[in-house]
Amino acid sequence: MTLDISPIFFYALATIAIAFSLLVVFKKNPVSSAFSLVLVFFAFAGIYALLGAHLIAALQIIVYTGAIMVLFVFVIMLLNADVPDFDYARTPLWIKATAIAGGVTLVGMFAWVFKGANFIANPSAVYTEEMITKSGGNTQVVSELLFSEYLLPFELTSVLLLAAIIGAVAIAKRKKGKAN
Amino acid sequence: MQVEPWIILIFASIIFVIGLVGIVVRRNLLVILMCIELMLNAVNLTFVVFSKTLQNMEGQMSVFFIITVAAAESAIGLGLVIAMFRTLRSVSTEDIQLLKE
Repeated sequence: MTLDISPIFFYALATIAIAFSLLVVFKKNPVSSAFSLVLVFFAFAGIYALLGAHLIAALQIIVYTGAIMVLFVFVIMLLNADVPDFDYARTPLWIKATAIAGGVTLVGMFAWVFKGANFIANPSAVYTEEMITKSGGNTQVVSELLFSEYLLPFELTSVLLLAAIIGAVAIAKRKKGKAN
Repeated sequence: MQVEPWIILIFASIIFVIGLVGIVVRRNLLVILMCIELMLNAVNLTFVVFSKTLQNMEGQMSVFFIITVAAAESAIGLGLVIAMFRTLRSVSTEDIQLLKE
């Protein structure tokens, strides 16, 4: 089966994402890595929008590029850690060789599995294109599910966020009675 | 030229493996956290592709919760990086060897 998405846009966004994620790994300056990562997130948001997941695309831009990356850039700024550093040059050669060989093998295995897979839609699946359009679009369908079937996980997420806030403050707080 | 689901899935696995190689190769903790975000994004894309292919909304719901967990995870991770920088004056994994001595 094929997906009814524009191949030109998909391949352009995929090329951007792969190129800039390689830059994330191989740029020596953490600030350059962070800004490459922002572009990767934008490309991913475009691919989500192509796939019809509009709410996820918006959340990707708001949460990832808007919140997480700003947090990263702030920490880089706070720590003054933006000194260029070829830190991967100090990694032993055999680790680099193993990582790259393992990575290529892993991609090959994924390709083999996915290429041979036979995707059969669940017969009870009701979320076809027409149904989603008829019931008000992707955002409406996802929101209705979120506040009915997934209400308990949604509420538990708020507890998780509270725990994360308290944890982050407790970890990053300066200890009493210590200079610096 | 058509886009089939397995092409997007292979693209997602390429991004995942780039993140994995980055975690193994890099020594800067901030860049390692960024590579974790890359891997989480690749997994999210896999969820969305399966959600679209199998005409099922559960995949997109999972992405919603993964994004929340990723935000919490990066906040805690960066807090740990700040705590580590305060004690060791460095963000390199080479300097985390306090248990070795």
